[in-house]
Amino acid sequence: MRKIKDFVIEKLIFLSGITTIVFVVLIFAFLLKEGGTFFYEHNPLSFLGGKLWYPASDPAHFGILSLLVGSFLITLGAAAIAVPLGIMCALYIAEVAPASVKDILKSCVELLAAIPSVVIGFIGMVTLVPFVRTLFDLPTGLTAFSGSLMLAFMAMPTIVSISEDAIRAVPWQYKEGALALGATKWQTMFRIVLPAAMPGIVAAVMLGIGRVIGETMAVMMITGNAAYIPSSLFEPVRTMTATIAAEMGETVKGSMHYSALFAIGLVLFIITFIINFIADSFMRRAKR
Amino acid sequence: MLTLAVAITSGCSRGQQNGHGTAGKNIQIKGSDTIVNLVQAWAEEFTKRNPVVNIGVTGGGSGTGFAALLNGTCDIGMSSRLIDPKEIVKAKANGIQPVEYKVGLDGLAVVVHPDNPVHNLTLDNLRDIFMARKKNWKDFGGENRKIVILSRESNSGTHVFFKEHVLKRGNTKSPEEFSPEALLMPSSQAIADEVQQNPHAIGYVGMGYICQALKAVAVAVEPGKPFIEPNVETVMDGSYPISRPLFLYTNGEPTDYIKIFVDYALSESGQKMVKDTDFVPIGGIGDEKNKRLCY
Repeated sequence: MRKIKDFVIEKLIFLSGITTIVFVVLIFAFLLKEGGTFFYEHNPLSFLGGKLWYPASDPAHFGILSLLVGSFLITLGAAAIAVPLGIMCALYIAEVAPASVKDILKSCVELLAAIPSVVIGFIGMVTLVPFVRTLFDLPTGLTAFSGSLMLAFMAMPTIVSISEDAIRAVPWQYKEGALALGATKWQTMFRIVLPAAMPGIVAAVMLGIGRVIGETMAVMMITGNAAYIPSSLFEPVRTMTATIAAEMGETVKGSMHYSALFAIGLVLFIITFIINFIADSFMRRAKR
Repeated sequence: MLTLAVAITSGCSRGQQNGHGTAGKNIQIKGSDTIVNLVQAWAEEFTKRNPVVNIGVTGGGSGTGFAALLNGTCDIGMSSRLIDPKEIVKAKANGIQPVEYKVGLDGLAVVVHPDNPVHNLTLDNLRDIFMARKKNWKDFGGENRKIVILSRESNSGTHVFFKEHVLKRGNTKSPEEFSPEALLMPSSQAIADEVQQNPHAIGYVGMGYICQALKAVAVAVEPGKPFIEPNVETVMDGSYPISRPLFLYTNGEPTDYIKIFVDYALSESGQKMVKDTDFVPIGGIGDEKNKRLCY
């Protein structure tokens, strides 16, 4: 009886574990099937390197270079804001803050993660966009900069909580050793704790970036969605995710536009896969 | 809680029945954002008269409406452009027979901020602006500022209509396109919002969106011709150059409540509602020329 119970439970756990993998494989297979048909008729190089995105015109142009640039620009901008802020915040929570402040701060950061992206987009649209336009005297406030700023808020919680875990996992002997050798608290934090926690922090940053690059709703509302290659952060951009979201509703199943959108999905999937892979390898190094 | 769950599940099963083509008491309408408010108003009045019918109205753009009609996920598609020949071919492949009803007219207003000193533009001016051939307001008598072009996403019938009638001038083979620098906004309301707070933006919206905080530019066909402001009279007599018909599309000859709904939209009280929502009613109520079979 006991053996049967053991057997059943073991198999059940195995099944739950394997389903995630099955789902990922199925999603990838579906993307490959729907997006793959696009490459029967179009050259992957002219898809990735083409500057014009006119999917509904005749003849249609399917070039996603401007969308790739848009996605990367926003991600880079968001990372430039969120990474220093997030790591400092994690250091403060883990090393400096008194216990009472620590609790409040931690729950606030977690609350930030719970705000739906459409709300962040809406707030950005009515407050940040007009502010950015008047502050920098730009033609329009719907820019990559506005998008980066809003997305930085969305990446922060991931970066803070995972970095904080990494910082706290640094063995206390390291710190005590440094302090005993006469290092100040500041020196200990920056020269001992931070380098020791670095692999975990890099993993946190990568996961935060993964969140930003896949974000859709907020960027669609505040970046202007102009499909051209911008010359600075203060110009409108169009991201891959916003393109899929905005255009998927109109396409008829099986049309070239439909498979082009799936091909964009495939590109996005590969990018996030690479980012997660890097994050994972750093995470593993952190554990060792 | 329980009753809520029951209501949801029963709602689902009815929706599914309908999706399979049996004319039920649940009508799904999808498509153009331009007329979504008008159709919503019809739907509300219609369900008041026929309380057994449930009507779901969703926007998303004319292209979305056709895609849904062709994929069999809605009963009526609403559109601010004609069905495309390519879409008719796909409809045939999917076994769908689109029937078209002209239900009203709409003037497309080109809107700017009320502080913008530019009042009048010709169609050529508009083409230069939206293709970014001329990028500064001072070319048109305004301030020395860059023009911010606002357009709709390509799934919008308004986008397609504006492209074909202002940029291409009815010649669909000609190569004009919106400038890649144009900001593609997800809805007409988003264009109206951005123009209201940005004195250097220009965009186009259906006449129903004109309000105090937006200024509609008067448009002339060519230099020397009179500049005409968009309003019910100028659209109805055809003197305003950028106006277009609005359509409902059904799959095959409508039956049951879908037919009653279309008849209601074309009736006198339905057309009065067209006027109340700032569109322009069609002439000739009950006239067969407002109906066309597209298969």
